[in-house]
Amino acid sequence: MKNGMTLIVRVIARFVSPMIMVFGIYIILHGHLSPGGGFPGGVIIASAFVLLTLSFGKEIAYQKLKESTASVMESAGALIFLILATLGIVFGGWFFLNFLPKGEPFRLISAGFIPLCNIGIGLKVGGGIFAVFLTLILFRLLEKGEGD
Amino acid sequence: MPEIELYLLITLMIVGALVAVHTRYLISAVISLAVVGMALAVAFLYMQAPDIAITQIVVEVLALVILIIAVSIGKEVVDIKGKWETLTIGVTVLFVVIFAIFAYRALADLPPFGSPLMTVSQRYVEEGLKQTGSANLVTSILLDFRAYDTLGEATILFTAILGAFAVLRNIGRKAK
Repeated sequence: MKNGMTLIVRVIARFVSPMIMVFGIYIILHGHLSPGGGFPGGVIIASAFVLLTLSFGKEIAYQKLKESTASVMESAGALIFLILATLGIVFGGWFFLNFLPKGEPFRLISAGFIPLCNIGIGLKVGGGIFAVFLTLILFRLLEKGEGD
Repeated sequence: MPEIELYLLITLMIVGALVAVHTRYLISAVISLAVVGMALAVAFLYMQAPDIAITQIVVEVLALVILIIAVSIGKEVVDIKGKWETLTIGVTVLFVVIFAIFAYRALADLPPFGSPLMTVSQRYVEEGLKQTGSANLVTSILLDFRAYDTLGEATILFTAILGAFAVLRNIGRKAK
């Protein structure tokens, strides 16, 4: 796994992984219109990065998206979700009040703050799961006398 | 009464789980577990729940990748050998019988398959689109009616990932 897989796998992964990522973003953004939502979309985006990691080796994937960046993504998603929930109180109501205008149903911009919540959850799940995957890949038991 | 396809899927899942328990190699066990997950995704799709089917299949694939990596890294093979003794079989049969009795009593009061009670959910189905403006009813329940549940789920995920970071860190770990 140090140097990744063969040339065939690399070429296919280079073609396929942007499409997987776009599909994940579509699943997140259309969460209030079609099946899907923040959680599966985030996992699909994370699996695109996992495909890159497996085919190109962990060094190159680590350059694309660092563990700390993924961790920041996760925390930012959680904060977006919480701030949106708290803004309901600010706009005169209760926690998780849908304070934005509902708009016309079956349009991309509709349903108040639900798409924004989906984006936050997608960031959180995608970043978090890829960060855990990177941590598992990079983890090694230190030998005696090393590190510390 | 569920249809025959659902029974076939459930039989496939049980066979997959049994193979996963009884096979000799760890990698075969992991792949048999994936059979269980995939059949569950098809069962969700068959019962007209595409939201859950998408989530199940995506999480299953990612978990399969992580488990295969974990199996291929670990080199030591643990062989579990043991004899089935009379006492063990007796205790197992006793617990299975007790579980079956309680399960029968608990499941006797459930509404039949495919016709839920629809006391609270009837209101969600009727007023979901009107009150939230979300065309996908599942999302409107997850992020508007039951948003507290989603917040709790997000907190659980956050804590789990934090725990994984703390256990698997490379910095500050003492050499063994």
